[in-house]
Amino acid sequence: MSKKFFFTATTAIFALGAAQAKDVEVTHWWTSGGEAAAVAEFAEAFDATGNKWVDGAIAGSGSTARPVMVSRITGGDPMGATQFNHGQQAQELVEAGLMRSLENVASEDGWRDIVHPSSILESCEIDGEIYCVPVNIHSQLWLWLSNDAFEKAGIEVPADWNAFVEAAPALREAGIQPLVIGQQPWQASLVLQNVVAAIAGPETYTKVFNEKDVEAVNGPEMEKAFAALGTARELASGSNVQEWNQATTMVINGEAGGQVMGDWAQGEFAVAEKVAGEDYTCLPGLGLADIVSTGGDAFYFPAIDDPEMTAAQEELARVMISPEAQVAFNLKKGSMPVRGDVDLEAANDCMRKGLDILADGTVVDGLDQVLSADAGNQLADLMIQFFNQPEMSVDEVKEGLIGILEYDS
Amino acid sequence: MAKANGSGRPSRLFRNLNAKIAAIPMILTAMVVFVGFSLWTVVYSFTKSGLLPRLDFIGLTQYERLWNNAKWLVSIQNLVIFGACMLIFSFVIGFVLACLLDQKIRFEGVFRTILLYPFALSFVVTGVVWQWILNPDFGFQSIVRATGWESFTFDPLNNGKIVMFGVVIAALWQGTGFVMVLLLAGLRGIDDEIWKATRIDGVPAWKTYLFVVVPMLRPVFITALVIVTAGIVKVYDLVVAQTNGGPGISSEVPAKYVYDQMFLNQNLGQGFAASTMMLVTVAIIIIPWAYLEFGGRKRG
Repeated sequence: MSKKFFFTATTAIFALGAAQAKDVEVTHWWTSGGEAAAVAEFAEAFDATGNKWVDGAIAGSGSTARPVMVSRITGGDPMGATQFNHGQQAQELVEAGLMRSLENVASEDGWRDIVHPSSILESCEIDGEIYCVPVNIHSQLWLWLSNDAFEKAGIEVPADWNAFVEAAPALREAGIQPLVIGQQPWQASLVLQNVVAAIAGPETYTKVFNEKDVEAVNGPEMEKAFAALGTARELASGSNVQEWNQATTMVINGEAGGQVMGDWAQGEFAVAEKVAGEDYTCLPGLGLADIVSTGGDAFYFPAIDDPEMTAAQEELARVMISPEAQVAFNLKKGSMPVRGDVDLEAANDCMRKGLDILADGTVVDGLDQVLSADAGNQLADLMIQFFNQPEMSVDEVKEGLIGILEYDS
Repeated sequence: MAKANGSGRPSRLFRNLNAKIAAIPMILTAMVVFVGFSLWTVVYSFTKSGLLPRLDFIGLTQYERLWNNAKWLVSIQNLVIFGACMLIFSFVIGFVLACLLDQKIRFEGVFRTILLYPFALSFVVTGVVWQWILNPDFGFQSIVRATGWESFTFDPLNNGKIVMFGVVIAALWQGTGFVMVLLLAGLRGIDDEIWKATRIDGVPAWKTYLFVVVPMLRPVFITALVIVTAGIVKVYDLVVAQTNGGPGISSEVPAKYVYDQMFLNQNLGQGFAASTMMLVTVAIIIIPWAYLEFGGRKRG
């Protein structure tokens, strides 16, 4: 009895002491130089509110970190807040009631009006309630070209995918790898996203990935995209690097003509002190269409039965979406802000292009938003297999894609 | 042991009662963990469980999908290659090394330590070490090329067709010493009289080893076989550290497939289906063997 009393008393004292400042552990997988600098902006802004940001960075990529996060939440040891890619990665956790709704904060602060494009907030919405704070937008639809490589081969830097394909033989002759794709499965899947969005077009992209429309996969538009996929495999044959940044390094050094990669590749060019337009060229939508996709990161908040923690979580959510934090964070991260009403004046050329398209070009959903983790990884496995097996036909890819979409719908 | 029809004695159930009571916790643990959880896994492999287990039955869909999945088929194929190579080479090399060490050589302790030492390293360390050794730009290939043989190519980890052999090399380096030590211990247990007898009969040493000693070492071989086979079926960390399944999906293994499905793809149902298949495969091998091994003895 006395023990119990003692316990209650001490808990009460600690709770009183912590009433002002709450320690909130935030887990994420941002550990590279630029990423860590970006997340420090959030930490600083949150600490300024009188609470304390306890950094829970998990080294490795998202695929290493997500299982750790999920098992902590399902295992009853939730953190204060955690990163996920917005979309379906955390959906089941929400459905199981393990995540808290941010609906009151979101409607109070009018998130539905300030977040642009609205589709990224919709990805946070489950049964009409908002469960996450989107913090950035990473477009995955970019082709990065090395100006050096084309100079060496004695040809002009291509303005779009078709010109790039024509230039490939000249690159090969000059001993340059035309297209470099790392061996990680998701990188191969980026190529598919790019050809579907740019060559089959955004409408087909939406039909295939959002609506999982099998007829669209069999349609003539996708036929063109599959053909381009075959071409990409030819251009990429001979590339045997693993990591995406090793591939980017080849583009930076002029050893490879180009790479299909998300806009985070920009960070690598920046570290190497390369200038957009002079040393490298960035083409959104393979240069064929002004299009960006809206993959990105979001923070989710596990349900914790502690009013102070709840208050601190709401505070953190407000900080993350505040204009100041959005600008500071996204400049360091090299991504685009989730609100249309802030201006990134310091943005470089490539990012400018992205922001302009985001403002008035075509925007499609990132695959993380529309496919389950299962479907996304299956697709990535299918694509890496395709790029590694010259004998695999595009029809097999088509069949595989249909199977994946059918299971997911 | 004629005990079956001991009429006047108390029931067999109550014999050695204390020992049986003491074993109850272990029996319960074994029943719940091994049998109970295995059954649970099998049941949930028929559901569409995603990140969390859900009793949403979808029949054999997970299995259909499993056997249509290129990654799984490659995994199975790789396990067969890996298993066959491991069994053959670790036993052949292990036995030869044990026989050589058995020749009462000088510094036997030193050799034994050197050969067993890799076994003290974890698979993760082994994988990383061999990843570097087999790296064409820094490792073995570049050393040979530096000696002047410019066209020499040995890059198993970058070539999907032979990548499994790169993994096998690392696994053999790690595991052969262990087989050797087990067999050496067995060899030491062979009575000197046997050697004397075969020498008197003029049987050459290699024939004695092959036709007399090997059959006598049968229990030791079985022990080593069980341990090595268990290691083969669950191989995971070595592959993750050395190749992470690459290039492409050419060095995937079943245990990695199960992990990837359950934790990366958030598809528990599919992971359970795959692990059930692994269980079934092991059972198909173990049950007939156990029947022959133990069932036979009872009759004899």
